[in-house]
Amino acid sequence: MNHLDPHRHVRGESQYLDDVPTQQGTLYAAVFESPLAHGVLKSLDFSAALAAPGVARIFTATDIPGHNQIGGIVADEPLLAEGHVHFRGQPVALVLARTEAQAHAALKLIKVEIDPLPIITDPRVAAAQGELIVPPRTFKIGDSADTWASCAHVFEGVAESGGQEHLYIETQGAYAFPTEMGGVRLISSTQGPTAVQRHTAHVLGLGMHQIEVDVTRLGGGFGGKEDQATPWAALAALGAFLTKKPVKLVLDRMADMRMTGKRHPYSSDFKIGLDANLKITAYEVTFFQNAGAAADLSPAVLERTLFHATNAYFIPNVTATAFSCRTNLPPNTAFRGFGGPQGMFVVESAIAKAAEELGVPTSEIQRRNLLREGDLFSYRQPAEMCHAEQAWDTAAQEFDLAGIRAEVEQFNQTNKLKKKGFAVMPICFGISFTKTPMNQTRALVHIYSDGSVGISTGAVEMGQGVNTKIAQVAARTLGISISRIKIETTNTTRVANTSPSAASATADLNGKATEMACAALRERLLRHACLEYTLNYEGLEIHDEQVLAAGVPAETDWEKLVSSAFWKRVALTENAHYATPGLHFDASVNQGHPFAYHVYGTALTSVTVDCLRGTYTVDALQIAHDFGQSFNPVIDRGQIEGGAVQGIGWMTMEEIAYNEEGRLLSNSLNSYKIPDIYAAPAVLDVHFLDTPGHPRAILRSKAVGEPPLMYGIGTYFALRDAVRAFQGHTALPFSAPMTPEKVLVSLYPTGVTSRDPSGAALLPRREEPVPS
Amino acid sequence: MIEFYLNDQPIRTGEAPASALLDFVRYHEQLKGTKIGCREGDCGACTVLVGELNADGQTVRYQSMTSCITPLGNAHGKHIVTVEGINAAGSQLTPVQQAIVDEGGSQCGFCTVGFVMSLTGHSLSGEPATDKSTIAAIDGNICRCTGYKSLERAAATLTAQLAQRPAENALAWLSEQQFVPGYFAGIPAKLASLRPAEIKATEASSAASVAAAATPHANGGMAVSTSPNGHAQSQNDHGHHSLSHPFAHSLLGGGTDLLVQRLEELREQPGVRLLFDQTGRRGIRQEPAGRVVLGAATTASHLLESDLMRSLIPRLPQYLKLVSSTPIRNMGTVAGNFINGSPIGDLTIMFLALGASITLLDVAGRTRELTLPDLYLGYKKLAKAADEQVVEISFPAPLAGDFFHFEKVSKRTHLDIASVNSAAWLRVENGVIQAARVSAGGVGPVPLYLARTSEFLAGRELSPETVSAANEVMQAEISPISDVRGTSDYKRLLLRQLLWAHFLEFAPELMVDALI
Repeated sequence: MNHLDPHRHVRGESQYLDDVPTQQGTLYAAVFESPLAHGVLKSLDFSAALAAPGVARIFTATDIPGHNQIGGIVADEPLLAEGHVHFRGQPVALVLARTEAQAHAALKLIKVEIDPLPIITDPRVAAAQGELIVPPRTFKIGDSADTWASCAHVFEGVAESGGQEHLYIETQGAYAFPTEMGGVRLISSTQGPTAVQRHTAHVLGLGMHQIEVDVTRLGGGFGGKEDQATPWAALAALGAFLTKKPVKLVLDRMADMRMTGKRHPYSSDFKIGLDANLKITAYEVTFFQNAGAAADLSPAVLERTLFHATNAYFIPNVTATAFSCRTNLPPNTAFRGFGGPQGMFVVESAIAKAAEELGVPTSEIQRRNLLREGDLFSYRQPAEMCHAEQAWDTAAQEFDLAGIRAEVEQFNQTNKLKKKGFAVMPICFGISFTKTPMNQTRALVHIYSDGSVGISTGAVEMGQGVNTKIAQVAARTLGISISRIKIETTNTTRVANTSPSAASATADLNGKATEMACAALRERLLRHACLEYTLNYEGLEIHDEQVLAAGVPAETDWEKLVSSAFWKRVALTENAHYATPGLHFDASVNQGHPFAYHVYGTALTSVTVDCLRGTYTVDALQIAHDFGQSFNPVIDRGQIEGGAVQGIGWMTMEEIAYNEEGRLLSNSLNSYKIPDIYAAPAVLDVHFLDTPGHPRAILRSKAVGEPPLMYGIGTYFALRDAVRAFQGHTALPFSAPMTPEKVLVSLYPTGVTSRDPSGAALLPRREEPVPS
Repeated sequence: MIEFYLNDQPIRTGEAPASALLDFVRYHEQLKGTKIGCREGDCGACTVLVGELNADGQTVRYQSMTSCITPLGNAHGKHIVTVEGINAAGSQLTPVQQAIVDEGGSQCGFCTVGFVMSLTGHSLSGEPATDKSTIAAIDGNICRCTGYKSLERAAATLTAQLAQRPAENALAWLSEQQFVPGYFAGIPAKLASLRPAEIKATEASSAASVAAAATPHANGGMAVSTSPNGHAQSQNDHGHHSLSHPFAHSLLGGGTDLLVQRLEELREQPGVRLLFDQTGRRGIRQEPAGRVVLGAATTASHLLESDLMRSLIPRLPQYLKLVSSTPIRNMGTVAGNFINGSPIGDLTIMFLALGASITLLDVAGRTRELTLPDLYLGYKKLAKAADEQVVEISFPAPLAGDFFHFEKVSKRTHLDIASVNSAAWLRVENGVIQAARVSAGGVGPVPLYLARTSEFLAGRELSPETVSAANEVMQAEISPISDVRGTSDYKRLLLRQLLWAHFLEFAPELMVDALI
């Protein structure tokens, strides 16, 4: 069964924010941003800009009727700069004009005076100066300090992972319309409609009921539109509220890249201890998270880094500490994996370091330390229905781990200019918002009197196929064809107080709520059928739109049943509330049961490095993944393939570069590269593990959004393996991404030494040159 | 007045010729299927098909182009096709659309139409559909959701279907198979009917051009600038020349550079001359004297399609695969790549090693020849007057047995700008290098012809010692800077490796153990 949206996508009929027909009188907004990364805002001169053709109004912080504050977790983020600027690209003023071109032209005419202040871009520098977003967090189990003495081997090191631009192909944007009630109706490209509603109400000094947010779909999100869609929606709303005209604000690509946050770069110190049998007995890690200039979601991202600091391994003594460091960069934010990948990269580095020092294959250490049923994570939740070893062993068998390794060694012995590399990457990812209260949602289901069905939930469709999954759940539960079902836009007036579509939990949460609402409606209809057609409720069901009594077709079908229920005044609407049971977490001791379940998997990665040029190819990514009982393999496979390639991008070519002034150098698609079709692995196999799924997963089909991104981490270690095959002695830093530059410099650590041409001249000519 | 067909509708518009076709399609015609992704030709979300009437007047040649950097004026006399122009009636899907849906090749959907158009263009092209060529057709389309594997599966399905496509009357078959609607059959006649108008327009524009050249806009102006990858230079941290001394651009070719850098100012600027479709500025021929001559409007795709070029440089296809993407190669011209003056222009680097010269024509009708290295005075400084335009490019045909090779390394192997690129031409007899031309990009303010290195190689034995010594000379001849494409040390190391690569390609057994 296919994803429903693509039929419209391929015909170009799907409507995205910028495709909404413009209302007459619409004003176009452009954002004037801080040209400096840190300083005191002295003065703004709008005279020339206001005189420019088509310019209607220019607003600053002082025009905000409510509170100039959009911080989600910590109230430290003004909508428009006030007094100080804290990063390049920080919104300072909102320009409204009759056309988009006029609005952008006016930006160039604005004069700003800023007294510069010192700029910090390095998280360790920030930490040293006490520039922390929130107090540091430590997850601890056992006693690592006491264990070092008893370890057979102890290794220490540093690991760095870079940021990552979301690069949703649809840039950020919103379209705001003033309402007759003095509020604002917003169409927003956001993963979090309620966040947009709440912050916009706060900024305008209105009740949330005065702000309606509607979302049809996103042209990609990946976490970048979870919190960071809010400023643009709030700015458009501010313009519409103050001018009483529709206001449209769409960022162009370079503005989007300059002004929005990305995946957090991390710099981390690790120390790992193993016993004589290569069992990891102790692990200490300190994470320095580059949060940027405001909290945004950084504290939550930081927490998930700690949850996943030991990836899929059982380590009895762990001390993991994390600092969220304030720097003068755009606030970094959610990105698929949400801090988990950064945590896993460090423990994989620690294991690789140990293996390289001990001269054993990394996979030897990895396999021996995989989680087993009942093993405790540092936060005290046990691994239940654990498939870590099953995933590894199945991958090893299905894809012939031993054979691949032999082939790699064989190849490397017989080739000088090319070397192959290989790595195994197991994953374990917890499903649920780690902020327990967020694990709730509602579904509103209408059965219309003709038997068609409309469903509203808190889920936002952004390509992950959640609308299709919800429609499948409803069709199954009601026993009808999916063609009768329409998934409505996500709208705060139909489903309120929603959590963002994030944490891989959207299909679970909204699917469960939909299942509950549909089950209630089905029961109500069948009870009605008992009376109407004098049937016994036991054994009564709806299958393929036919009512069956103990398996025998009754004299009614779906349409007749719905119609008669309507005339008998049976309620055909249901609103169900779902809150994931059994979750709790005490952040004061960092212990509890934060996750509904974990998802497991293992990936084998093979690469080839061109040792002459430093370029490389990912030859094969072979994955055994724990889907549970997938009810849409096309969508689920698509999530694995897409997530894994995004992870490969993060580990290879995707390099965010800021200079010391906090200016983004990788500021466009020609200087920031994500994988193209030739960069995707030549082979990408996905094996569906035979696992039972989990009762907390929708129809026992496990969450699939974030976990696959972490398979990409294997590519870094495979490249490292290939480089070491050419240049065994180099002390390679653990530093991602592994760009062609890093590869070449690692292959030839001495670089180009001599630059003296005089020696060359001594080489005799054999003949006089002929003119060319 | 610009006249063309947009899908099945005739268009006559007075919009600025240098405005973006994308904006015309989305905001004037309200055809919202074509999406805005990056506005610099790097994502393909805005891909449309541009159909040009063939010389036979009976058939139309369709190419994919990124409408964000296609000057509206370049649509004149053409058939522009957006997704709305290929959609079948009702909710019927074309085979291309069906394959993408069936394989799960569309997730968020924002890039999807670009893939649909590229693959539809591939179906319409005469090119045989192979696994490679079908994938190549979408090499300019970026998708952030799928990881491409589902799109590869869709491409494979399509390749299989296209195996049935007849060589004769392919269009009839494609329309019968619902790849395109029936109205396509009537397009050649409609475009033919626009031709007279086109000729008038050309006369008009050349008349206007004389005027344009006399206007202040043109004084100090930079000429044709449009290249498969040249727009990188302004991101390349050599400083922002355009801001330091703003000058008008009176000449516009494919637009692949200028519409990225200066869409706003060009849209407002009067007297912009469009060179892309200039009659007599295309075609590649070999002259009796053995020189190969290219019209200035020759695109990268024309090079690829030229039997002459492929016979002279057998590995040209694999070199050009490293140069931008299919839609951009369809737009960007060789002359534009030269005049853009990007220090890492791929085509410029190739032609420097081929020993190319350019012929410049001024408004008075005078022409002069200039060797390519002499064109470059400094970063973005050209030995060329504002009113001069490139009309021809020529180079001595390599002899059988000559060695030519091009190397390029970038962060992403394809659809990226080089960190360093290099080309080499060698003539070797009895183990001695008779003559050599070596060029390198990304290691100085201009695309470098490595004169001293080339001169050093000439007359010396083909040996590892010679190559190592040549590197010493070369390292003293370059001055790379650190930027977003790499540190200067990396670029020095990389260029050494690329020099090694040239000689390892030429004489592997001789070199490998000594060099590596």
